[in-house]
Amino acid sequence: MADEKKLFKVTIDNITVEVEPGTTILQAARKIGGDIVPPAMCYYTTLKDSGGKCRSCLVKVAQGSSADPRPMPKLVASCRTNVMDGMVVENITNPAVLEARDGVVEFLLINHPLDCPICDQAGECDLQDFSYNHGEAGTRFEFKKRLFELENLGPYIQLHMTRCIMCYRCTYVADQLTEQRLHGVLDRGDRSRISTYISKAIDNDFSGNMIDVCPVGALTDKTFRFKNRVWFTKPMDAHRECSKCNGKVHLWLRGEEVFRVTGRKDQWGEVHDWICNECRFEKKKVSDWVIEGPAKMNRHSVISANKYYNLKTPDDVLPEVMGGREPKLLMDIHSVSGVNDPDIDLSAIEGPATSKTFQKK
Amino acid sequence: MVQLTQKAKLVDRRQMSWLERIYLWNILKGMMITLSHLFKRKATINFPEQKRYFAPVFRGLHVLNRDEEGRERCTACGLCAVACPAEAITMEAAERLPGEEKLYREEKYAARYEINMLRCIFCGLCEDACPKDAIYLSQTFAPSNYSRKGFIYKKEDLLIPNPLTDPEDYKKALGDRPAKKINN
Repeated sequence: MADEKKLFKVTIDNITVEVEPGTTILQAARKIGGDIVPPAMCYYTTLKDSGGKCRSCLVKVAQGSSADPRPMPKLVASCRTNVMDGMVVENITNPAVLEARDGVVEFLLINHPLDCPICDQAGECDLQDFSYNHGEAGTRFEFKKRLFELENLGPYIQLHMTRCIMCYRCTYVADQLTEQRLHGVLDRGDRSRISTYISKAIDNDFSGNMIDVCPVGALTDKTFRFKNRVWFTKPMDAHRECSKCNGKVHLWLRGEEVFRVTGRKDQWGEVHDWICNECRFEKKKVSDWVIEGPAKMNRHSVISANKYYNLKTPDDVLPEVMGGREPKLLMDIHSVSGVNDPDIDLSAIEGPATSKTFQKK
Repeated sequence: MVQLTQKAKLVDRRQMSWLERIYLWNILKGMMITLSHLFKRKATINFPEQKRYFAPVFRGLHVLNRDEEGRERCTACGLCAVACPAEAITMEAAERLPGEEKLYREEKYAARYEINMLRCIFCGLCEDACPKDAIYLSQTFAPSNYSRKGFIYKKEDLLIPNPLTDPEDYKKALGDRPAKKINN
């Protein structure tokens, strides 16, 4: 066969894999999987031209190719470096790579506020995972972190500019998914910020996807803001008929309440089927969706904490024993507890709850 | 038989002597033990007047802490609730409105915070999990109550007295525990 493609042999951390020419080192490592996959904060498979900004995926190329076996002089960003035939890459086997990664964490955290207890992204944050896996527990930074003026991006998207790590993923979403980009990066250096021109609201149809691609909590869902922590909600695979997108989503449920709708993320935290804003922000009822079943979450993620899969609830034998009579409820928890008040439907209110929400009517 | 411990004693089944049979000697021996306790320190205390010493690490009733300016520290991050093995803690968060800066330390706070003391096992994992030094277990017991309803402790029951308006009670509730170092 003449059109048979020549595959490149690349060795990553002593594991050899054959990939097509034009594959990046990161994609080759993902093909192998496991611990040797470099972390990626700015690279996003489904967004063209993304990557090369955060430096968290640095690897050492110990041998450029079989034709030119010299090592590359510096660590390279694996998300933007294509493989060559006979390339030898060192990731976790090289202490210099791990040390560089510690440094990258330190630099990313210089201006990133440690407000994870407040941040809605906590629990599914790439930077949180990255800094837990690499770097030191303490800080050497003694100065004030940069601050920004608050900016309103409309009723759906909440911007926390202090948390931004300048990965540019959201601008690629705007460029590649929506017909008109309404936001971009303004200013330079450490003052650079994600912003719209003269506080315009972002209301493109697929703009909500920038929430999903944001690796940190800089862009979060305003309709979910402060309503619950992600690890208390149950992710469910669900779909609906939608004229704009294919309607395949994760529903984040608590009981019968839909707290949040996101795109389906794969094991690398990447969304392949973009969803429209109508599905994401406006369909907050279980009846709007066809629920397929619990979503598969990473076993080590806090989201899978306190969740019981394949739970078999035993049949309630009490009514049978008592001749059809329901057992008498000795204490209705709502008579004492104010949490989860049946009169206050948190998932139904538009923005975050405030003290007014909880005032007795 | 091989003895596994030193505790087992073989029963002496020999015939008792005359002195042993009148039991007087054994009664005297027992009375001596009883009498000796008269001169020992009492094991009990007069409870309401006297209080027992609680170690600083004692895990008692929960307290929701405030900072020096009297603002609530809790931001409803949910780490105590996810750490709780008894699933006793529940909460609902709210956003701080303009004008409420003196009440709450951060932009998000716990509008509702409840601990079900019937479920709580006083393990102290909530205190370990707290990143804001907002919850800690004090050196007192959870008081008893007549009904189950009295054991759902709400935020008002758990909050420490305000250090600005009530500094004495605040100090008392704080106890002699060292403040946790928080990173932010």
